[in-house]
Amino acid sequence: MPSLKDLKNRIASVKATQKITKAMQMVAAAKLRRAQEAAEAARPYSQRMASVMSNIAEAVGGGDDAPKLMTGTGKDDTHLLVVCTAERGMCGGFNSQIARFARDHVRRLLADGKTVKILCVGKKGYDILRREYASLIIERVDFRDVKQMSFAQAETVADKVTDLFDQGGFDVCTLFYSEFKSVISQVPTAQQLIPASTGAAADDASASAIYDYEPSAEEILEDLLPRSIKVQIFRALLENVAGEMGAKMSAMDNATRNAGEMIDKLSMSYNRQRQAQITKELIEIISGAEAL
Amino acid sequence: MADSFNFELVSPERLLLSATVTEVVLPGTDGEMTVMANHAPTMTTIKPGVVTVTTSEGKTDRFVVFGGFADILPDGCTLLAESAVAVSDIDRDDINRRLQDAREDLADASTDTAKQKAQEYLDQLTTLNGAILPA
Repeated sequence: MPSLKDLKNRIASVKATQKITKAMQMVAAAKLRRAQEAAEAARPYSQRMASVMSNIAEAVGGGDDAPKLMTGTGKDDTHLLVVCTAERGMCGGFNSQIARFARDHVRRLLADGKTVKILCVGKKGYDILRREYASLIIERVDFRDVKQMSFAQAETVADKVTDLFDQGGFDVCTLFYSEFKSVISQVPTAQQLIPASTGAAADDASASAIYDYEPSAEEILEDLLPRSIKVQIFRALLENVAGEMGAKMSAMDNATRNAGEMIDKLSMSYNRQRQAQITKELIEIISGAEAL
Repeated sequence: MADSFNFELVSPERLLLSATVTEVVLPGTDGEMTVMANHAPTMTTIKPGVVTVTTSEGKTDRFVVFGGFADILPDGCTLLAESAVAVSDIDRDDINRRLQDAREDLADASTDTAKQKAQEYLDQLTTLNGAILPA
């Protein structure tokens, strides 16, 4: 049975922890709002980009002279997985969720006899994947010192990917990140980057318009594809930041509530013990007086 | 009054401008072009340069863009810029930094096509630098 003093110390320490988690939750909430705004601000660009891409892809078609970034190398042997995670922990299952999703993917690919390469963006994913697939990780990108995700960061990642592709380092590239559904729900997502999946063409009026291309459609497409990869990575990074903050907020909220419960329980046993001690002392005095 | 159409200037980070305009001058890769309402559908890449926008109220706004492409439709025009700033907010250091980067890219370029591309980009930046900075 812990002594009264021990209990008192325990309570004080849990209270201190609660204060910290509470502060972290509030910081996460503020950052979440900013991250959400950033993600929203970036949405018009990626939407336009997607519609332009599908237009132009339709115009160029899948001809032999179409850029490799769109049609792929024609093989399916080497896969590059770009796994985006957060830089910090303390956000519940956020990082492990993405890592697990990527790991399942790796396992499936390896079982099919493919070669797998992994590019880790963010420290936490690297830490988790390193345990099992250290030999497959070819590079890691660290955004530790980055306060606000900007397009330049996405560019550095995208440049690495396209450079590697140009050198024939892989055939298929898949991007792993966490889609921000809501504050309490982030869904790990896999998205194919190369060859570019143009998706279903937009069926609005603009899709059917006959365009003039300046310079040629092929040249524009060649310029457009690397840009579209950058945009997709940028979007993934922004979604990730928002998701991380959301996950952190709910994780810290839980932690704060648990600390509260613990304080209640500890105070209860502290009070009970204090009363027991008082009772004991009283009994001693009374029985001492009776003996006289 | 000339017909107006909807113009949007978007950078990856945000929507810079969405307005009803009568005229937009774009620095296309194959030369400057002025877009007015009912333009034939066109898609063009953009080189670093100045975009001049005349709104339907007759006001003129100028933006510096660093590459990108434009999607022009009879009833609207969208300019997707790699990065864009209003001319009044342009920062001399920023341009100098980009020039520096471009020079390094040129020095690093290994293949002829890459070299040519880097040289073109550097030239465009230098022109841009000369065109807006004295103002």
